[in-house]
Amino acid sequence: MNGITVPQLVLWVILPYIAIATFVIGHIWRYRYDQFGWTSRSTQLQEKKLLKWGSPLFHYATFGAIAGHVIGILIPESWTNAVGIPESVYHWFSAAAGTAAAIGVIVGVAVLAIRRVFVTRVRATTSPVDWLALILLAIVIILGISETVGVNLLGGGYDYRQSVALWFRGLFVGNPDVAAIAKAPLLYQVHATAAWAVIMVWPFSRLVHAWSYPLWYMWRPFLVYRSRVAAQPNEPGTSGRRWRRIGARY
Amino acid sequence: MRIMAQMTMVMNLDKCIGCHTCSVACKQTWTNRPGTEYVYFNNVETKPGIGYPTRYEDQEQWHGGWELDKKGRLKLKGGTRLKRLLSIFYNPDLPTIDQYHDPFTFDYAKLITAPPGTKAPSVSARSALTGREMVPQWGANWEDDLAGAPNRAVNDPNLVAMSEKVKLDFESVFMFYLPRICEHCLNPSCVASCPSGAMYKRVEDGIVLVDQDRCRGWRFCVSGCPYKKVYFNHRTGKAEKCTLCFPRIEDGLPTICSESCPGRLRYLGLVLYDADKVAQAAATADPQELYEAQLGTFLDPDDPEVAEQADLEGIPRDWIRAARRSPTHALIAKYKVALPLHPEFRTMPMVWYIPPLSPVTDAAAEAGYDESDPDSIFASIDALRIPMEYLANLLSAGRIEPVRDSLRRLATVRAAMRSHQLGTKLNLNPAEVGLTAEGVDELFRLLAIARYEDRYVIPPAHAEDAGRLLAQHSLSGCALESEGGPGMGGEDHIAQGVSRFHVQAKAPDVASSFRDDRGRLHFQLSPNNGSGFSTAGGLA
Repeated sequence: MNGITVPQLVLWVILPYIAIATFVIGHIWRYRYDQFGWTSRSTQLQEKKLLKWGSPLFHYATFGAIAGHVIGILIPESWTNAVGIPESVYHWFSAAAGTAAAIGVIVGVAVLAIRRVFVTRVRATTSPVDWLALILLAIVIILGISETVGVNLLGGGYDYRQSVALWFRGLFVGNPDVAAIAKAPLLYQVHATAAWAVIMVWPFSRLVHAWSYPLWYMWRPFLVYRSRVAAQPNEPGTSGRRWRRIGARY
Repeated sequence: MRIMAQMTMVMNLDKCIGCHTCSVACKQTWTNRPGTEYVYFNNVETKPGIGYPTRYEDQEQWHGGWELDKKGRLKLKGGTRLKRLLSIFYNPDLPTIDQYHDPFTFDYAKLITAPPGTKAPSVSARSALTGREMVPQWGANWEDDLAGAPNRAVNDPNLVAMSEKVKLDFESVFMFYLPRICEHCLNPSCVASCPSGAMYKRVEDGIVLVDQDRCRGWRFCVSGCPYKKVYFNHRTGKAEKCTLCFPRIEDGLPTICSESCPGRLRYLGLVLYDADKVAQAAATADPQELYEAQLGTFLDPDDPEVAEQADLEGIPRDWIRAARRSPTHALIAKYKVALPLHPEFRTMPMVWYIPPLSPVTDAAAEAGYDESDPDSIFASIDALRIPMEYLANLLSAGRIEPVRDSLRRLATVRAAMRSHQLGTKLNLNPAEVGLTAEGVDELFRLLAIARYEDRYVIPPAHAEDAGRLLAQHSLSGCALESEGGPGMGGEDHIAQGVSRFHVQAKAPDVASSFRDDRGRLHFQLSPNNGSGFSTAGGLA
């Protein structure tokens, strides 16, 4: 651990592990305590014209962006080299596909953000944690697009697979390469740090709906029957979140 | 044969005066919370009219309910499962809140804070969504008594489907009220549409509920229901719907809409049906035969074979006895005067309606027919094609015969009772409309003078286990008000619904339990019932 300053240790080791711990424990807590609050909290009822374009565009492009991160960060460069994909080809692919996803994400999130800020009915339903998640996501997205479009497509390119990816994968085997991320450009450093912030906010925001994508609906019987079963009532105050008191703000 | 019991409702449209007492009672009980301002689990519409939400009956627009594919198999009109998963980020068939109504309140504080002056202070409407000033544009009873009908009611999907043009000008129009709740269908398309599996049909009594803990707010139940009776709570992000007041039903009490109805037009009781036949019946090729197909799934509780099989399947004997006394079974299956609302949606709805005879006889009297002469009434029922065709579009997928037969039976009961009261000769034979003398009498009793315990034959749920748990928890203070809202959905909630309901009323006496002759442990659950199993009487 030679040559690591305290700020580097905090930013590139301690923060990621705190974020991962918060993410895991936060989800367990939320799932056990707050099934009632676990929802996408759709605002389609209030506004549907902008949502029609913004929401599918944002969600599907985000799937593309996530897939891109899996390919670029989780799969080591040595593997792609081993199957005969040189860095130049990977770079071309990541810049092109990444830019396509980036345009979808930025247009989608712009439409959704405009809708949330300027459509009064939608703004009225937005809670503080929604704003926090939205702002953090916006930072991550804008920085990520600057990297993909600004650096990789239009600029000289930067092989993050030699720095950011090494550090990131190292986190999961308990050996993060701090020196690698510390020498990465500032843009990538801030993008990664803001992403940890999103990870930390995730379990406490509506982002949890991502884990409820109902894939099993494809195989489920159409009609669901359930018996009226007698269950142990919860002790008062331990039943998790339910309907709020009439007139309560949220 | 797989026998299931279904709690059903029948509404006698002749008696509805459109007072909205049911809507208000329901609103105050279930949907007086933030996020449900626009929601009416029970609303009363004036027909002809386009309804709430606007034109909800037009499934070419909303794609609710079921349809048959080219091979004659049932499929959801909203599309395949895959289509639903792919359009989960934007549901193309979801109404916006303006089609229900932007909920409004008034800045009443102005009335007392206005400065002294000569002008009387007035209040303006404020949107409950944004708090801003607004102009109300639509509502759950916006078309009350045909308000705006000449301009709007022409778009009523039931009128559009008619061959003849109906006059909507004030002097010659006909109208009646249609109270609507969730249909608690045998083949519920909302349940089938829910990707999360949060909606379910209760095995014991067929009530369709939303598990509030499992709902993830994907909104497909709202678009899947052709009656638009599942609503999206925009505050909690979860679906909510009519619960058939299950905490009351479980206790043998009628729903709050029935309880509060001044016209006493609602009937509640069990219908036994063969669950194995439902899918086949719902897939009947000709929509006009769906009414008969649904009748074909119902079982006669007086049939010893049915009773024996129900016993084998664990349906409690007091429930089978209640099914024999059921007023809804009599009105639906025995006398066939009640008809389902829009059977062509193929959901097998279980809130049925007795078509209104009054608009028909009123129109007949106007046309010079003598109402006291049943022969001429029969002739006039047939001659008055306009209200008949309209009622048929509403209640039997456009087929006139079921509506005509029902109206003829109702007219026969009226004529028979009139001749009986006045001592005149009855110049028609009830057998012509399929009624015996006893049938006329029983139908008259049911329709005209039925008491509380005859209109609502509701066997209490077998809540023995919940009662045992209640004994431990009743005094620990988990009353409704500490939770901020009434309980609905969720396995634990179902049981808690019973206990909480009673905790509020009175902590039950733990000692008042007994074992019946089958060895089941019973608790006295209700403070106003002598035993846990009799219906609440004496309130008629």
